[in-house]
Amino acid sequence: MHDLPIADLAAGLREKRFSSRELTAHFLDRIERLDPALNSCITVDHDMALTVADAADRRLAAGDAGPLTGIPIIHKDIFLTKGVRTSCGSRMLDNFVPPFDATIVERLAGAGTIMLGKANMDEFAMGSSNETSWYGPVRNPWDTTRVPGGSSGGSAAAVAAGLCAAATGTDTGGSIRQPAAFCGTTGIKPTYGRCSRYGMIAFASSLDQAGVLARSAADAALVLQAMAGFDARDSTSAEEAVPDYAATLGDDIRGLRIGLPREYFGEGLEAGVDASVRGALAELEQQGATLVDISLPNAPLSVPVYYVVAPAECSSNLARFDGVRYGHRCEAPRDLEDLYKRSRAEGFGAEVKRRIMIGTYALSAGYYDAYYLKAQQLRQLIADDFRRAFEQVDVIMGPTTPTTAFRLGAKTDDPVAMYLNDIYTIATNLAGLPGLSVPVAPVDGLPAGLQMIGNYFAEGRLLNVAHRLQQATDWHRAAPAEFG
Amino acid sequence: MALDSKDVVKIAHLARLQVAETDLEAYAAELSKILDLVEQMNAVDTSGVEPMAHPLHMAQRMRADAVTETNQREAFQAIAPAVEDGLYLVPKVIE
Repeated sequence: MHDLPIADLAAGLREKRFSSRELTAHFLDRIERLDPALNSCITVDHDMALTVADAADRRLAAGDAGPLTGIPIIHKDIFLTKGVRTSCGSRMLDNFVPPFDATIVERLAGAGTIMLGKANMDEFAMGSSNETSWYGPVRNPWDTTRVPGGSSGGSAAAVAAGLCAAATGTDTGGSIRQPAAFCGTTGIKPTYGRCSRYGMIAFASSLDQAGVLARSAADAALVLQAMAGFDARDSTSAEEAVPDYAATLGDDIRGLRIGLPREYFGEGLEAGVDASVRGALAELEQQGATLVDISLPNAPLSVPVYYVVAPAECSSNLARFDGVRYGHRCEAPRDLEDLYKRSRAEGFGAEVKRRIMIGTYALSAGYYDAYYLKAQQLRQLIADDFRRAFEQVDVIMGPTTPTTAFRLGAKTDDPVAMYLNDIYTIATNLAGLPGLSVPVAPVDGLPAGLQMIGNYFAEGRLLNVAHRLQQATDWHRAAPAEFG
Repeated sequence: MALDSKDVVKIAHLARLQVAETDLEAYAAELSKILDLVEQMNAVDTSGVEPMAHPLHMAQRMRADAVTETNQREAFQAIAPAVEDGLYLVPKVIE
């Protein structure tokens, strides 16, 4: 059951071939057996999941079921879940049980999904390998000596290993697309403002966006449909109608103009990844798309720009963790300053501290213009590059990452080398555009990803093109041997 | 841009992070490396470029000035490290 598309699972539930309780128990059993080798879940709540599954079965029996009723999913541990510990991968929130649900959690529960548990992640979503989690690294199901990517590494590994039907994730600089590529799953980061950020623990507020990791574009479309849409509780939520993604999934792509940015196919791109990406592009060409050479001249600056904007915003957002209202508090503080300093020093890990300090420095008196203002100007130029490109093409494509998954520990001593992993994904966040990663032909037995970038609110188009590719190929169906 | 241990002490204080004396040099080296990466921004002349405030140029919405949330003090304080009589406890601030 764990390898079936969501539409087939929903049909099975409606036709009473199995119940949601049976389906949920099946996934819970897989988590119990297989996750010790992966560490993809921080929290699993068996009893709650089965109780909710029973409620879904009653809805199914009453003929009151939607496309996601009774479907088991996992939420990244960055989304607040009422009554269920939400750690954000940090010791700071190890004891934090939220008093309310994130909007997307509420919406997916309303759609009838079953939450199996909470996915492991890089601490406060800061990382590209899932090695910064307080709960230990996640392992890649394709090769457990390798990382799953990050920061939504638990979500990607859980989907790839068939521990859930789909998982939620967040993407600030590539945190859905990069792990999707490393684990051979389909991941979509929607347009900034498409999904509510309410109840999603903030990292860099002008970049953060919620999305989905799934086994196919069709599955991702179903989940995104239930998550997306305006929310008055998020001040940057987009007041834009959500189209019916399933309705356009199968649309013809003849005449589609695909832009290939020169900057995404240059130095640093592994030959095997390049070849696999070009293989997928050739398939789209076969279906009537045309490939257009384009340039995004300022894209190479996206990593330096990101490492000003994201730390600056994180230093401000994480100021709320003060050991007073919730979260970790040090023992026997001498005075208020000692309470703040030791609670934060004990609660945050090394990468989070580095980013808080970089951000604090960039925003400190006398440095604002040289760093944050300069970065926001460059961000404008990066967004302008995309605007010009979209006058010429419908979708932009390239590799999601320059390499396949690297080994655990390979980059932990060199933060800058780790940052360069997101070289192809960050520009999308800086411009606020939607991006999607789909599996292409594996490289030496490891998954690789094709990234598709669309114009604002063109999620439907991205899902459509990805679905067409997946109908003609079977790269997305491959499952890691030990977790098949 | 090279930072030294003294800079780290200052930044850590501003960020309210305790950093052990023995870690100062390592932080200085790591943060300097990140700032070197950031320096690449200077390769582009941005004079006259409007800094981006929001990718969709959206204005902030206003809402009606009406009460929409109910008081949930007990629920919120139930997860606090230390409370008494509905108040959060912190070390003495004023002598």
